[in-house]
Amino acid sequence: MMTSQPAAMARIISLALTAFVMMIAAVSFPFLTLDAKGLHNATSVVDAVLAFNEGYAIPLAVAVAFFIVVIPLIRLGALIYALGPLVREQPPRAGAKRAFGLAERLRPWSMAEIFIVGVTVALIKVAGLAAVTVGPAFWAFAGVVIITVLKDQMICRYSIWEALEHPTA
Amino acid sequence: MGSSGTSNGLISAREAGLVACQRCGQVHAQGVRNCKRCDGPLQSRDTESLQKVWAWLVAGVIAYIPANLYPMLLTNTLVEHSESTIIGGVVDLIHHGSVGIAIIVFVASVVIPIGKFIAVIYLALSVQQQSSSNQHGRHHAYEMVEFIGRWSMIDVFVVAILSALVQLDTIATINPGIAAVSFALSVIFTMLAAQSFDSRLIWDADRTQNE
Repeated sequence: MMTSQPAAMARIISLALTAFVMMIAAVSFPFLTLDAKGLHNATSVVDAVLAFNEGYAIPLAVAVAFFIVVIPLIRLGALIYALGPLVREQPPRAGAKRAFGLAERLRPWSMAEIFIVGVTVALIKVAGLAAVTVGPAFWAFAGVVIITVLKDQMICRYSIWEALEHPTA
Repeated sequence: MGSSGTSNGLISAREAGLVACQRCGQVHAQGVRNCKRCDGPLQSRDTESLQKVWAWLVAGVIAYIPANLYPMLLTNTLVEHSESTIIGGVVDLIHHGSVGIAIIVFVASVVIPIGKFIAVIYLALSVQQQSSSNQHGRHHAYEMVEFIGRWSMIDVFVVAILSALVQLDTIATINPGIAAVSFALSVIFTMLAAQSFDSRLIWDADRTQNE
């Protein structure tokens, strides 16, 4: 790991960038569509968040938006910000340590993978009732989950703290 | 690394007069306030840990009660209006023949939350009573609680997707019930309870007894 650290960092960064772009696709495209008895309803990830739109449930809509979209994006952005210069063997940016600390602290609150399992359960519940078609955003979201898991497995946080403290060591 | 599972031959950082940063792992002499590397706050033991754990845990248990009593889903079809609770949803899944999915939902919404309450109560009580038994087991229990707790959110996401997807005017609509809110709160509170627990407290019990 120490011998080819910029290479390892470059791999982490490229995965984080990929996940970031895919997450934007996952939010923009239709996620699932439902057809039953001539009626049609297309749903995006944003619609799923807005399902909790009745007075008392609005805080939950905000929380769900954070858990499945905002926090994963913040984590990816913070990681790219903190590690970007290290790949080019430049000194870290100001606040790089704080950004990486934030990405680490938010880890348990990033629930994209749990959301995908929830979607699977929901699909099975609806399957008997109507025809459900899976849209491009579904695959983009699944991609985000897989890439994030790969990326988190590649991160050795102690090595990164080390690298942020002693750049170009 | 070659030591057996007992803690007798090992000393803790606290006994060595050191304190490790919880965020980045850097070791400092005791008394240093902030980590020199990542600037995180340093604390050899979180003395208010148990207070925070109990407070979040009680909040989590309280929120879990309405989560089970009130409906998660409100379903309207042409012919009927039905409300289903967490357990009701599991029973419906079994009637549809999806036993595997029913088990996933049951584990995520009932087994994990209740198991988590019991595990956190056990950990907090054992630290309060300075128990020195089964320290490694308790450490594993703590790691499990921290890792698995967030998966309880599955049911909240199921409700979100179903409510967004099934909006077919008069034929069928599904809307979230108030239990979804209290269930989400319960999961968040118990996650905070687990995060407030300072697992290093587990190693202190036998030190004070041996001295």
